[in-house]
Amino acid sequence: MYADLLEVNNLSAYYMVQPPIKAVDGVTLSLGENEILGIAGESGCGKSTFALALLRLLRPPGNINGGDIIFNGVSILKMPENDFRKIRWKHISYIPQSSMNALNPVMRIQEQFTEIINFHEGRKSKKELKIRIEEALAKVNLAPDILNMYPHELSGGMKQRVIIAMAMLLNPEIIIADEPTTALDVVMQRKILQLLLDAKQVYGSSMIIITHDMAVHAQISDKIAVMYAGKVVCIGETGMLFDKPLHPYAQILISAIPSIKKTGELPSIPGLPPDPRNPPSGCRFHPRCPSFIKNKCDVEEPSLIEVKKNMLVACHLYG
Amino acid sequence: MDAKLLFEIRHLTKVFSAGSILGRKKILAVDDVSLSMPVKPEILSLVGESGSGKTTIARLILGFLKPTSGEIIYKGKSVTRMNKKERMNYLKEVQAVFQDPYGSFNPLRKVDYVLLTPIKKFKLTTSKEETYELITKSLEAVGLRSEEVLGKYPKELSGGQRQRIMLARAFLMRPQLLIADEPVSMLDASLRAGVLKIIFNLKNNLGVSFIYITHDLSTAHYISDKMAILYQGSIMEEGSAKRIVEEPMHPYTKLLIESIPMPDPKSRWQERLEIEKIELLSKSGISKSCKFSNRCSKKMDICTQKRPPMFDVNGVKVSCWLYQ
Repeated sequence: MYADLLEVNNLSAYYMVQPPIKAVDGVTLSLGENEILGIAGESGCGKSTFALALLRLLRPPGNINGGDIIFNGVSILKMPENDFRKIRWKHISYIPQSSMNALNPVMRIQEQFTEIINFHEGRKSKKELKIRIEEALAKVNLAPDILNMYPHELSGGMKQRVIIAMAMLLNPEIIIADEPTTALDVVMQRKILQLLLDAKQVYGSSMIIITHDMAVHAQISDKIAVMYAGKVVCIGETGMLFDKPLHPYAQILISAIPSIKKTGELPSIPGLPPDPRNPPSGCRFHPRCPSFIKNKCDVEEPSLIEVKKNMLVACHLYG
Repeated sequence: MDAKLLFEIRHLTKVFSAGSILGRKKILAVDDVSLSMPVKPEILSLVGESGSGKTTIARLILGFLKPTSGEIIYKGKSVTRMNKKERMNYLKEVQAVFQDPYGSFNPLRKVDYVLLTPIKKFKLTTSKEETYELITKSLEAVGLRSEEVLGKYPKELSGGQRQRIMLARAFLMRPQLLIADEPVSMLDASLRAGVLKIIFNLKNNLGVSFIYITHDLSTAHYISDKMAILYQGSIMEEGSAKRIVEEPMHPYTKLLIESIPMPDPKSRWQERLEIEKIELLSKSGISKSCKFSNRCSKKMDICTQKRPPMFDVNGVKVSCWLYQ
C-alpha cells in the first residue's frame, strides 16, 4: 500500500485482573506515510486500549503483554520511558477520547501550549512562542484571542479544536485520535473532520482514527481495520471494504449503519458483544455469525490472511 | 381549549442567571417554545445540538424546573394550576427515561428496588401477587423476562437491559406520555436498535406518546412522527419527520442534514464549511435578529433586523424570512 511508518506486530495488551481481560490480543497492522487508518468496532472491542498501548500510556492494571511496535524502523516498546517521552507528542501525538475534558481547567490556553513546546524544544523566547502558538491556532482556524482564556470559556467545538491544534503543534508524523467527534453535533463534527483531513493533506501527517461510527470512516479513512473482541478481523482499503465487506462482522457492521436515506426496519447487530473475560472459543465472532460453520468456527481460530490485494480477512469462509 | 390535545406547551421560556452578583448574565435557555401533541399516540422528536435547550425543556415538563414564563398544559389543564390530586396524576401519567442507564440505578440495590419504589409510592397494587404480576407484565412489555433480571444487581446487566428496565419502570405507571431524553445515545449500535424498537412498540401497541429528545437526526427520523428542530432555545422548523428530513426548509435544518456523514466513501463532502474564528459561549439575552443569521448562508437584511415568526408552509412550520 504505502511505505510503512508504523508497524504493529502481534501486539497484546491485557488488563491484569482475575481473570485477565485480553483487551488487545495479537494485533498486527501497519500505517503508511500520509495515510489515515481507521479503527472500527463496537465499544469494548479494544480499540481505545490499542490507542493507549501505541502511546505507552496504559496504566496498571493495563499492561502490554507481548508484541512490538516499530516506528520509523525503531522499536518504541523496548526503549526506556525517558527516551519515549521525547517521541510521544513530538512524533506521535494523541487526541484523547472526551478530549473536551483533557485541558487543564486552571491553566490558560497559552500556558498549556507553552508547556508542550518548552518540554520538547527547550525554552523559547516569548516572541517566538507567540508566533508558534498563533500559527498552530490558525491551522484550526482559531483566533489568537483565546490564548488568554480558560477552557471553561470555550465551547465544546472550540476546545476540540484547541486539542487538535496541540496535537499538530510539533508537526508530528502520526496523530492518534480516539473518538474525536463523538460528543459533538453533526455540524461541528463535519468541521472537525475537515480539520483532520487538512492535517493529512496540507501538513502531511498520518493518522489513526478510532471510532465506532462507520460513516465517519467512510468520510475520511483511507483504510479501515475492524476489531472484534481484541482481534483485528479484517483490514481493507475503505472503498473496497464498503463495496464488498468480506468478513461477516464487517458486513453486519456496514449494513447496520443508520442512514437518513434509509427508512423502515432499523438495522441492528443481532446478539450481544462478547464477555471480554471469557471470549468465545475459536473465532470470537462465531456465536453471532450468520455463516457459522459448526465444528470449525467454534474450534479453530482463523488467522488474518490476504484474500486479495489490499484486503486482509480473518475468517474460515476465505481460508 | 382544544380537547383533542393530550399535551401542549405555550410560549415556554426559561431564563437562567449565571455569573457573580456583579457580572450577572442572563442565559435564555428556552425562548418562546410552543408545541402540541394530539391524544392519538405519537412520537415527537426534539432535535438540537448541545446547548440548544432540549434537556431544559424536558426538565420543565417534568417539573424539575419552573418556567420563567409560558404554560405547560396537560389534558386541558395548566400544570401550575393543578390541585394536589391532579398533580399526582400528572406525575404518574407523564414519565421519563434519561440518557445514562449506568447512573440511574443505585449500585447497592437490586434492580427490583427501582420497580418497587413507584408501586409503593403511588400505591398501584394491593397485594404481593398483584405487585409481582404488574412487574412481570411491564418487563414483558419491554422484552425482558422477569427471571432474567429480578434479584440482580445493576452491574450484572448490560446497558441495553438497564435502559429497558427504566422503560419498564416508566411503563408500570401506565403513562400517557413518556419523555425520553437521549435514551440510546450511550448504547452500542447493537443494543440501540432494540431499545428504539421497544419505544416504537410502546407507542403502537400500548398507546404511549413520546417526546424523544436527541441530537441524532438519524434515530429521530427512524422512530418519530413529528419533529421539531431547536436552535439556541427556539424552534426553527417543525413538522412531519419524513418531510423535514426529505425536504428541509430552514437553512439550519438543511445544514444539519447535509452534515450527517454518509456511510459511503464515494459520497464524501466536497464543499468546505466556514469555521468560525471565535464563537463564545455568551448567549446574549434579547436580540432582535434571527438567531441563526450569523451562520446562515442565505442571510438577508431583514434577518438581522427582525426575528422571523413561524410561517406555515404546507403544514410545516418554519421560522425563516425566506418563507414569508
